[in-house]
Amino acid sequence: MRTVRIGAGAGFAGDRLEPAVELAERAGLADVVLECLAERTIALGQQRRLADPAAGHDPRLLARFERLLPAALARDVRVITNMGAANPLRAGRVTRDLVARLGSSARVGVVTGDDVLDRLDLDTPALEDGLPLRAHGEVVAANAYLGADAVLPALEAGAQVVVTGRVADPSLFLAPLAHRLGRDLADPGFAAAGTLVGHLLECAGQLTGGYFADPGVKDVPGLADLGFPYADVAADGTAEYGKLPGTGGRLDRATVREQLLYEITDPTGYRTPDVVLDLRGVTVTQVGPDRVRVTGARGRPRPGTLKVSVGYRAGHKVEAEISYSGPCADRRAALAADVLAARLAGLPVRPRIDVLGVVPPDADEHAECRVRVAALSADAGVLDTVGHEVEALYTNGPAGGGGVRVFTGEVVGVVSTLVPRSTVTPAVTILGVGDARPAA
Amino acid sequence: MPVRLHELAHCRAGDKGNVATLSVIPYAPADYPLLVRELTADRVRTQLARYVDGDVLRYELPLLPALQFVCTGIRDGGVTTSLALDTHGKSLSSRLLALELP
Repeated sequence: MRTVRIGAGAGFAGDRLEPAVELAERAGLADVVLECLAERTIALGQQRRLADPAAGHDPRLLARFERLLPAALARDVRVITNMGAANPLRAGRVTRDLVARLGSSARVGVVTGDDVLDRLDLDTPALEDGLPLRAHGEVVAANAYLGADAVLPALEAGAQVVVTGRVADPSLFLAPLAHRLGRDLADPGFAAAGTLVGHLLECAGQLTGGYFADPGVKDVPGLADLGFPYADVAADGTAEYGKLPGTGGRLDRATVREQLLYEITDPTGYRTPDVVLDLRGVTVTQVGPDRVRVTGARGRPRPGTLKVSVGYRAGHKVEAEISYSGPCADRRAALAADVLAARLAGLPVRPRIDVLGVVPPDADEHAECRVRVAALSADAGVLDTVGHEVEALYTNGPAGGGGVRVFTGEVVGVVSTLVPRSTVTPAVTILGVGDARPAA
Repeated sequence: MPVRLHELAHCRAGDKGNVATLSVIPYAPADYPLLVRELTADRVRTQLARYVDGDVLRYELPLLPALQFVCTGIRDGGVTTSLALDTHGKSLSSRLLALELP
């Protein structure tokens, strides 16, 4: 049976670059998908875009594509990514200009329509606590999770590189699979099978032994050279997973089962924009070295609502730390924590105070403890006081404290809500090299 | 003779908002019935009581085999507003594996 080989080139915004290039060069891929948008990442992108209208897409987009696109375009490997984050059109133009510089005429497709901030009813309750969205703070971002149906028109228009904002992670994989295999997204059986492929691949190295090693208990060979996974998917949705020979890592029943349940909040009915996925019938079979077959995904028709991730201004966070080491480090650190708790008691904030570190009972000469204070507030003056009291431990606290560091930063909180599918209107823009111009 | 969960099973934590998911996967499928019997949602909630405020739901997946725990109401809130050092709650997987079964 004809199969399509689809690879995972990134599992989060900070992922390594080399494994994607390796896959594009050596794996014979039809498509590579780079998933770079964690739950909070788009709200942080909106924050950057508010400060600079030309920002908001993944800050590593250009560096990543400068490495990957020469290899991918030369081999007709289609590239699909959500690195557009909070500014997909700008990301698309940056990509189109790079494609032109590389001397290619490949089309770049941009998927928009996930940004629903202008039409969001702020009196709608948040899923997390039932409070109206507006009660959480000034809302700065609202992005709906688009499905594979939003990506498909870009592929049908012949885009070789597709850049999106918020699209559900598995949908980034389901769309190219449906397109290559000529299957209908409205078929819940295929949508379930393709969504399972996407769910297993979306975290890239997490399927091949990344995030798995526990030395002596769960060993992973060659972790330093971890390779990323691909799947060979047949038209009936059955899939086998593999990784390139010579790369590090392991791909077996244990790594696959950990990833299978990762972030699944209901294995009997996991809701995505494309399908309600039931994992109860899934079986995992080892069919060769680093080669695993996964079957049995079932699906119910897609929900009538889409999840929306809402970012709001939650104030600022301060994190301040100081170290103690040597004999009785733990007792001096505990004293410092008590002193801080007393000195911060009058502030309108609830600081979290932790003593971190290890005190081996038989080797207290090597003990090292770090006192950490964290607090969240809309009042910058309060946070300044928290940081200052940690710094003041130098001459007003226990003996031998050192290495004070104080970090502060703005916090964008994230809550979720549901909106009717009909209120979200995805769109695709195709950017050709012929219309290349300096990015606006 | 009590046994540490770390000896019987592996685990991965995931996060969605203020919800944490924890898979528990036995190394030997033969240990699955023991886990079903002893690793109750109540026992998981007790083990993670410092971190979890809300309900703990348990799903049984005998074909894999694995158990999936869904913990609602992570005490520190979601990933951006949490004051914990591990804001994602990823290390909850190892906290859970420290649990001793009777």
